Amino acid sequence: MTVYLPIAELSVNIFIILGMGAAVGFLSGMFGVGGGFLITPLLIFYNIPPVVAVATGANQVVASSISGAITHFRRGTIDVKLGTVLLGGGLVGASVGVWLFSILRRMGQLDLTISLLYVVLLGSVGGLMLWESIGAMRKAAKNLPTALRRPGQHIWIHGLPMKMRFKKSKIYLSVIPVAALGFFIGMLTSIMGVGGGFIMVPAMIYLLRIPTSVVVGTSLFQIVFVSAYTVIVQASTNYTVDIVLAFVLMIAGVIGAQYGVRVGQRLRGEQLRALLALLVLAVGIRLAVELVIPPEDIYSVVSAGFGY
Amino acid sequence: MLARARHFLLILLLAAAAPASAQTLERQVTHFPEKLEIGISTDEISITSDFRGADLTIFGAIDGFDANLLAQGKYNIIVTLEGPKDNATVRKKERVFGIWVNTQSMTFELVPEAYSLSSTRDIATIAPPRDIANMGIGVDHMRLVPLGFFGDGSNLGEFRNAFRRIREQNGVYQRDPGGVQFISSSLFKASVRLPANVPNGVHIVRAYLFRDGLFVAAKALPLRVIKTGLEQAITRAAHEQPVIYGLFAVTLAVITGWGASLLFRKD
Repeated sequence: MTVYLPIAELSVNIFIILGMGAAVGFLSGMFGVGGGFLITPLLIFYNIPPVVAVATGANQVVASSISGAITHFRRGTIDVKLGTVLLGGGLVGASVGVWLFSILRRMGQLDLTISLLYVVLLGSVGGLMLWESIGAMRKAAKNLPTALRRPGQHIWIHGLPMKMRFKKSKIYLSVIPVAALGFFIGMLTSIMGVGGGFIMVPAMIYLLRIPTSVVVGTSLFQIVFVSAYTVIVQASTNYTVDIVLAFVLMIAGVIGAQYGVRVGQRLRGEQLRALLALLVLAVGIRLAVELVIPPEDIYSVVSAGFGY
Repeated sequence: MLARARHFLLILLLAAAAPASAQTLERQVTHFPEKLEIGISTDEISITSDFRGADLTIFGAIDGFDANLLAQGKYNIIVTLEGPKDNATVRKKERVFGIWVNTQSMTFELVPEAYSLSSTRDIATIAPPRDIANMGIGVDHMRLVPLGFFGDGSNLGEFRNAFRRIREQNGVYQRDPGGVQFISSSLFKASVRLPANVPNGVHIVRAYLFRDGLFVAAKALPLRVIKTGLEQAITRAAHEQPVIYGLFAVTLAVITGWGASLLFRKD
């Protein structure tokens, strides 16, 4: 059964889209990630124009992050003040990102930029995660304590001015690195269609030293708002949000996520992280291969509709 | 030179393609007794959610034909369906530091987004190739003018060829020599395939009549291809009310995400 996507302007098999949504939803539920970094490349592999894939991916991230954010809000594990500073940076970053997106698209370098960013980010994050989880698994095998790494209490970030007290996180921290992190993630959201949790969570833990208890909730809080904002800005500047595609993906995604959560609860933390790392690396390698092997056709044609 | 100018005028008139200009055209070629009439099975194609392409049938008749010439098969017809025009950019990739990067590009001015051609036989055998080329009939003779192009033109040919090849591979440019058939002495039927990725907008059906290698008459009719129902409403909303559309997309995501968490909550 085919369904016509009005914005992507092509017909797709609805079962493939449903399958993609369900599979990514399952994985995102299992690993506790938004899934934007999987859905966008998958859509691109399925010949959805990257411009549509990115904007629609951001819409899918809203759906997959909102329920987690609400749960954390109820439990009180969101530092709203910290989240607001992150969000401030995120909104500016997303605006800059959408602007860059339009420029790169006009120059014909958007697809390459999206792929390169994915390769670099997925490659490095996946590599680090794999390294860390294999180490943890080895220690577990030798019955060594698996404490979270907490090197030196102070690094240069903690010497920056404009400090602010974040009561819930019980830290006294400069707003500069927080807003800068938000800005960076916001830019990734609008250029890559990802929520950015897979970068934000480790950055908050290892760089900003924010207690793990509030990290996930606070990161989800900022992701929901930044991706919602990105969807609106992408829709109004690039007209690339395909609501039919997004809706099919999110319906399958939220259902898949429920089953993923159940499977995820049965696996050990480091096994889960190792699997996620392998998955992230696999997507990164697939995209890297695409960049290196000679293309089927060195020419491509875009009509003004999607070229500009 | 004068003949050439007149030819150019003819092409311009054909390109304008409104019914009014088709009439002007008929007056210009009054020294031929033949007249061409065409009609299409529908003047509107709707793209619905399960659209997988459509076949368009064009009927036509030759009036005032010469029975002898007709019997000898000297009348030939070419029917084209030309889609709405837009600029198109061709990009070429090159290997830079091991990865494939778009390095060169060329934008062609106002080229049709779809083009189908049907004829009674191979167009190269219908009329002298130069005449066909001058009239701009067929993908090979389509006018591909680079926009703001100041280079030496050495790579113009390769970009034009790549453009034609890719559009043909995508199925938006196609040809069917044999797609026009005579169903009675002077009545003919042409079928043109609209691909699943047919662009929206006004397409123009053109029929050309040739007698023994000479161009006699042409007729043009518009064909509207429109998205219907929900598809059209979505496209319009996305372009005319983009902020509201974006807000709606977000609301939909919030409801879906929240709804699922309520629905599947265990406690």
